[in-house]
Amino acid sequence: MASMTASETEDTGLTSLLYDPKARGLLFQILLLTAVVAFFAWILDNTITNLASQGKKSGFGFLGETSGFAILTTLGTFVMEARAGVATYFDVFWIGVINTLVISFFGIIAATLLGFLMGIFRLSNNVILRGFATFYVEILRNIPLLLQIFFWYFVVLRALPDKRASGISLGIFGEFPMNVTGLYIPYPLFLEGFSSVVWTFIAACVLAWTISWLAKKRQEATGRQFPSFWVGLLIITAIPLFAFYQMGGPLELEAAKFLNVGDPILDANGEPTGRTASKIKAGYIAGEGGVIKPEFIALWLALALYTAAFIAEIVRAGILAVPGGQTEAAKALGISPSITLRKVIIPQAMRVIIPPLTSQFLNLTKNSSLAIAIAYPDLVSIFAGTALNQVGQEIEMIFMMMMVYLIISLGTAAFMNWFNARMMLVER
Amino acid sequence: MTFKYALGALSAIGLALGAGTASADTLADVKAKGSVQCGVSQGLPGFSNQDDSGNWTGIDVDVCKAVAAAVFGDANAVKFTPLSAKERFTALSSGEVDILSRNTTWTMTRDTQLGLNFAGVNYYDGQGMMVPAGLGVTSALELDGASICTNTGTTTELNITDFFRANKMGFELVAFEKADEVVAAYDAGRCDVYTTDRSGLAAQRLKLADPAAHIVLPEVISKEPLGPVVRQGDDVWFNIVRWTLNAMINAEELGVTSGNAAAMASSDNPGIKRLLGTEGNFGEALGLSNDWAMQVISQVGNYGESYEAHVGANTPLKLNRSGSVNALWTNGGLIYAAPIR
Repeated sequence: MASMTASETEDTGLTSLLYDPKARGLLFQILLLTAVVAFFAWILDNTITNLASQGKKSGFGFLGETSGFAILTTLGTFVMEARAGVATYFDVFWIGVINTLVISFFGIIAATLLGFLMGIFRLSNNVILRGFATFYVEILRNIPLLLQIFFWYFVVLRALPDKRASGISLGIFGEFPMNVTGLYIPYPLFLEGFSSVVWTFIAACVLAWTISWLAKKRQEATGRQFPSFWVGLLIITAIPLFAFYQMGGPLELEAAKFLNVGDPILDANGEPTGRTASKIKAGYIAGEGGVIKPEFIALWLALALYTAAFIAEIVRAGILAVPGGQTEAAKALGISPSITLRKVIIPQAMRVIIPPLTSQFLNLTKNSSLAIAIAYPDLVSIFAGTALNQVGQEIEMIFMMMMVYLIISLGTAAFMNWFNARMMLVER
Repeated sequence: MTFKYALGALSAIGLALGAGTASADTLADVKAKGSVQCGVSQGLPGFSNQDDSGNWTGIDVDVCKAVAAAVFGDANAVKFTPLSAKERFTALSSGEVDILSRNTTWTMTRDTQLGLNFAGVNYYDGQGMMVPAGLGVTSALELDGASICTNTGTTTELNITDFFRANKMGFELVAFEKADEVVAAYDAGRCDVYTTDRSGLAAQRLKLADPAAHIVLPEVISKEPLGPVVRQGDDVWFNIVRWTLNAMINAEELGVTSGNAAAMASSDNPGIKRLLGTEGNFGEALGLSNDWAMQVISQVGNYGESYEAHVGANTPLKLNRSGSVNALWTNGGLIYAAPIR
C-alpha cells in the first residue's frame, strides 16, 4: 500500500485523473454517448440517402390524404365518424389507436377480475375450486395466444346462428340478440332531463364518499363501526333511480331490428315500400341499435382468459408471500376471517402483486396487436397493414406506431407506479 | 402480430443498413450469394404454393426459376421467402428478397411512390366476388348491406370500397391478414361475400368445405395485371427480370418449348436463333451468358407450358386459357412481349 501511494504522488496530473474513478467514469460516459450519437446519425443519414435513391416519398404529408378503404364498424369508426373515401390516413390512425385502447382497457379489466378470482381459488380449501383453478391456469398459460385467438374466433363463429336470423337472445327480456355478425345491444337515446339524473348520480357519489369518510373518522376516534359500504350502495342506486323516475324516465333504448325473409321492407319514414325482404336483405337493419362484432368478442375473450392465467399465479404468489404469522396474529386478536383477508392479507399481498401485475397489463396491451389475425381493426391491422400498403412509408408509419405503444405502456406503468406507491406499507 | 411489428421495425432498420448495398447492384449480389431470393405468397395454388414434398410450384414461382436459369443456368438456384400481402413491399425494398413474384397488382401508386418497378405482366386478373349459391344472388348489384371477407393490405380492399360506393350500396368489410382465415371465416358464415382476384377465388374455393355450393358472380370490378416486381434504381436487374419474362412469352409465340429447345437452336428462323443465343449477343448485353434464354426455356419452359401446368384447364383451378385475356396476342389475348432483336 505504501509503495502504491508513493508512486501515485509522483505521477503527473493526467495519470491521476485516469485513476480518479469519477473522472474515468465521466470519460467512458462521454465516449459511449459519442458512439451512440454517431451510430444513430449514421443510420439516419444512410436511411435518407437510400430513400432518396429509391425515389420513395418521405415526411408526414400522407396523413392528410384520403384513404380509400372501408373499416369494420367498431368504436373507433363510430367515434371518428369515419366513412370510406372520406376518412384521411390520420383518421385511420386514430381509429386504430382508439380500437387498441378499447380492447386493452376491457381486456385488462376482465383479466384482472378473473385472475384474482382464480388466484384465490387456487388457495381455496375446496378441492373442486382448487382443482378447477389449477387446471385453468395450467391449460391456458401453456397454449400460444395466437392459437387461442383463432380457437375463440372460430368457436364464436361456429357456435352462433346464421346472420339471416336475429339468432339467440341473451338478457332477461332477450334484449341482446346475437348472431354470427355480432352481439346487438340497444342504443341509448338520452332525452331532455337526463343530465339532471347524471348530476344527481354525481351528488349521490359525493354523499356516499363523505359518509364513508366520516364513518372512518368516527371508527378511528371511538371504535364504533358503521356499515358505510351498504349505506353508500343504497344512496348511489336509490337516489338517482328516484330522480330518473321523477324526470319521467328520460331515456329510451333503441333496439336493433331484424328482418326475416319475406318481411315487408320499410322506407326511412317507416312506410311500407311494397317490397319484401329477399334472402340477402334479411338480417340486421343497419343504423338502429348498436353492435359488438364477433372479432372484438373473440379477441377480448382470448386476451382476458390468457392473461388471467398469469395474473392468477401472481395473486397466488402474493398471498403466499404474506407470512402465516399474520393470519395467526389476526386470529389471536379475534378478527373474523373475512376481515383478516381484506384488512391484513390483501394489503400486504398487494405490495408483491402490483409490480408483476403491471407487466401483465403491458403484455396484454402489446398482445392486442395479434388482432390482425382475426380482422379486428386495431392499430397494427389498419395502420401498419392496410394503410402502410397504400402509402408505403414504413419508417414514418412504424415510428408513429411504436410511439403509440410506448405512450400507452408508459401511461399504464405510470398509473401502476402511482397505485403501487399508495399501496406500499406506511412505515412509521 | 407483435413479431410482425417487430419485423416492420427490423425491416426499417434493414432498409437503413442494408439497402445501400442491396439495391445498387443486385446482379452482383445474387451472383455472390449463388442464388436468387424470391418473395412468394404464403400459399396460393397455381401461383405460388408448396406441394406435398415442400417444393414451390406455380406460375409466379416459374418466373423466379426462369431468372435463376438465366443468371446461373440452374433453375433450382432459387430460395423462396413466403410473404404476407402487407409484408411484401417492405421485404423487397429492404433487400430481403431480390424479386417479388407474388401475384402483385401493377398500380400507379406502387410504381411511382413505393420505390418499385414492375417488370411486366405474367397474368391478367380482375377482382371478382364469390357468394354461397343458396343466397339466391345472381349479380353483385344485389349485394346492398352484405358482409364481405377479404385480405388486408391489398388493392381488393380499395376496389370493393369503390364498387360499393359507386353503386350507393352499404357493406361491411372484414379484412384478415392471411387468406386461410378469410376462407375459414367465409366458410363459417361470417360473410356473405368473399372477394379477391378471380384467379384467387378459383384457387381458394378448393379449400372450402363444399366448393360446389358457391358461385362466382359475373362482375369483374377491377383490372389486376399481376407481375414480378423489383426495386427501383437498378436497371440491370430490372432488365434481366423483364427480358426473362419476355423470353418465355416470345418462346411460346415462336413455338419453342422445353422439349424442342435444344433442337430449335439450329433452326433457320432468325428470331429463334436470336432467342436461343445462336445469333447475336443479347445475353451479354444483359450481363449474362448468350444461352440465357436457352436455359430458361429448356429448364422452366415457355409461358404457355407454365400456364397449362399450373393454372390451365387441366389443373384444379380450371382457368381456361383460350378466349381469355391471358391467351397469346396472336390468339386474341393480351399476352404480348417486345421482340428480341
